[in-house]
Amino acid sequence: MVVQTPNGFSLDTAGQRIVVDPVTRIEGHMRCEVNVDADNVIRNAVSTGTMWRGLEVILRGRDPRDAWAFTERICGVCTGTHALTSVRAVEDALGIEIPDNANSIRNMMQLNLQIHDHVVHFYHLHALDWVNPVNALRADPRATSELQQTVGPNHPMSSPGYFRDVQNRLRQFVESGQLGLFRNGYWDNPAYLLPPEADLMAVTHYLEALDLQKEIVKVHTIFGGKNPHPNWLVGGVPCPINVHSTGAVGAINMERLNQVSTILSLCDDFVRNVYIPDVIAIGGFYRNWLHGGGLSSQAVLSYGDIPEHANNFAPETLHLPRGAIINGDLSTVHEVDIRDPEQIQEFVDHSWYDYGEPGVGKHPWDGVTNAKFELGENTVGSRTNIREIDEAAKYSWIKAPRWRGHAMEVGPLARYIVGYASGHEQITDQVTGLLRTMDLPVEALFSTLGRTAARALEAQYCADLQRHFFDKLVTNIRNGDESTANVARWDPSTWPASTRGVGFTEAPRGALGHWVSIADGRIENYQCVVPTTWNGSPRDAAGNIGAFEASLLGTPMERPEEPVEILRTLHSFDPCLACSTHVMSPDGHELTTVKVR
Amino acid sequence: MTDRTLILGIGNLLWADEGFGVRCVERLAERAGFGPEVQIMDGGTQGLYLLPFLEDARNLLVFDAVDYGLPPGMMKVVENEAVPAFMGAKKMSLHQTGFQDVIATAQLKGICPDRLCLIGVQPEELEDYGGGLRPIVAAQIDPAVDRGLDKLAQWGVHPTGPGTGSPDLADVALRRDAYEGGRPSEDMAYRHGDERFVPGRRR
Repeated sequence: MVVQTPNGFSLDTAGQRIVVDPVTRIEGHMRCEVNVDADNVIRNAVSTGTMWRGLEVILRGRDPRDAWAFTERICGVCTGTHALTSVRAVEDALGIEIPDNANSIRNMMQLNLQIHDHVVHFYHLHALDWVNPVNALRADPRATSELQQTVGPNHPMSSPGYFRDVQNRLRQFVESGQLGLFRNGYWDNPAYLLPPEADLMAVTHYLEALDLQKEIVKVHTIFGGKNPHPNWLVGGVPCPINVHSTGAVGAINMERLNQVSTILSLCDDFVRNVYIPDVIAIGGFYRNWLHGGGLSSQAVLSYGDIPEHANNFAPETLHLPRGAIINGDLSTVHEVDIRDPEQIQEFVDHSWYDYGEPGVGKHPWDGVTNAKFELGENTVGSRTNIREIDEAAKYSWIKAPRWRGHAMEVGPLARYIVGYASGHEQITDQVTGLLRTMDLPVEALFSTLGRTAARALEAQYCADLQRHFFDKLVTNIRNGDESTANVARWDPSTWPASTRGVGFTEAPRGALGHWVSIADGRIENYQCVVPTTWNGSPRDAAGNIGAFEASLLGTPMERPEEPVEILRTLHSFDPCLACSTHVMSPDGHELTTVKVR
Repeated sequence: MTDRTLILGIGNLLWADEGFGVRCVERLAERAGFGPEVQIMDGGTQGLYLLPFLEDARNLLVFDAVDYGLPPGMMKVVENEAVPAFMGAKKMSLHQTGFQDVIATAQLKGICPDRLCLIGVQPEELEDYGGGLRPIVAAQIDPAVDRGLDKLAQWGVHPTGPGTGSPDLADVALRRDAYEGGRPSEDMAYRHGDERFVPGRRR
């Protein structure tokens, strides 16, 4: 049976059903079911968040000044982003303004996390969808060296001997039977298109990215006092500045600032000379595989982030753009107000929650998180062993957020499309430059590869911005301003009896919002709408499908029993199910189960 | 030069007994102080992001809630090659896929610590979001710390004084007393997970 969705997609459930559970190399736990036609092209897609996450309810009654510490624990990767969003929400509720230095430091931490996350995502979670490490064993190190010098001439590590060493290490690792990291691959699948020398180059950079990671986390250690789980503070940042001291514990002095500066340069070098060249080189071999666009050409959303001035969230002063594009009309970028109950609403008709009445959407300030796990009558299997889910009924732990009723894609590609459509100078330059280099039309952006490329471009932009805020911080300190926190309203006796606020960021994966209500000094309600809530959203009452689901439609699979293409496209969103649901794995040494029915 | 030692508690403290490893390092830091060559860290569920901290460490001691298929509260210690291999067995730590990859990646990079020791306790209850440790698991914190201190002594790593805490632990709002004491009532906070995905579920 073919169904047309209101948001313009055609779903056909007639063909073979393929179940991928769990989807691996993501943060958290998710399941995906698709139907393929006789030519193995995906014609229906169902994405299920398979774990309950109830952060909202466990925050009730807690001190709002502590909420950041709890939200930092929802997720294994974007800890700092949740913390920042949380302190912004509480500051908004209590009318607290932060000092300029705190704004610069928070921006640097957020940008740093953005770069860190993008690099780790590309090399450690996503690369294996494009790169075949087993094939790298067949590479001629001299050919790899030549390729490196062609695509990344400014990267010093390019000798044949260097690549030979890495290849030997990889060989030992694989031959010792430890395939470990690479165990879930389909390494003889024809969907892998790279020649061996490109595979070896990419595997080598996989290892170099780990070295970068070691340095990059130090920025959070310096500004956040520790890492992992850096400290945050309602009213500013918890690190004092004392440039005249040499030994004060924890204070930011010139020595530490110099250390930060060195790390910023390392990030910049790596992104410019390794990451972007790799995306261009790898993308070049896949230039005809432009599937996976889904909602990106139709409906994208960004809240914006990185305010130039402290406490000013007006769109024109945000370095990451704010806006919404709907109905595929790039000529109009709509303004977004996440306080507006008409704009953002969450629906639960196909989610395992209950609002008491069908078809209702709730703004997060009025959000309700009442779990209700029930399966549709066409489910195949049992409550504890679902073989095929019934998407006509409730089928996910993820709610379905909508912007003015539209299902939206969020994330780096959404930000870049909003930036491009609004004529943002740096973003437009980057996008047109990349398309020119790769000799691709603008439509190529609306694809899995476009999502992956936008993430790399954004890492470069964030590296530039990081330097901008570093310089701004140093200038401000030189001018005598060492303030990092405003504690005038720290004491709950200074708070109104009842208030509410909203905090937002652009997390690595996309638009993130926390909505908090405070009564008598305690949290009354807390709702998080995270990027993967948007992207991983199930259908809504009207039948609109979410971004993950839309992105899979029309994609041909080489071998339905080996879901390389499904993983490639889902990974391009950098799904974080730990936030949108909760992470748990039933079996540690888990191979993805793929069932073809 | 002294060998570096990393003492890591891993797990998500928001999921009842899953927080065991984090609570162990909190307790260890209260009981014993060490020199600068020893780092006591709440690793949370950071997975691959923990790799940088393994580098340069000769000794790695990990505390975690581990599903060994044993009765709840039972402690088991595994060492060296058995740590990742054991982590490949059925239903061990909930983030073993994460931490197993960390060890495999460290081996690929040639930076894996020489000596590994995993001190695990079988959880009783995981399906309780926002909850704390069950008594039978909480009762193993001190015995687990004892085993950890013994292991450190075998490695030649000795406390230099009384515990002074560690800068790398959870924020005070999340320490065990504050976290468990500040919990909203069951009426306010739904506590159950999805029965299909929780090993060691409510019996």
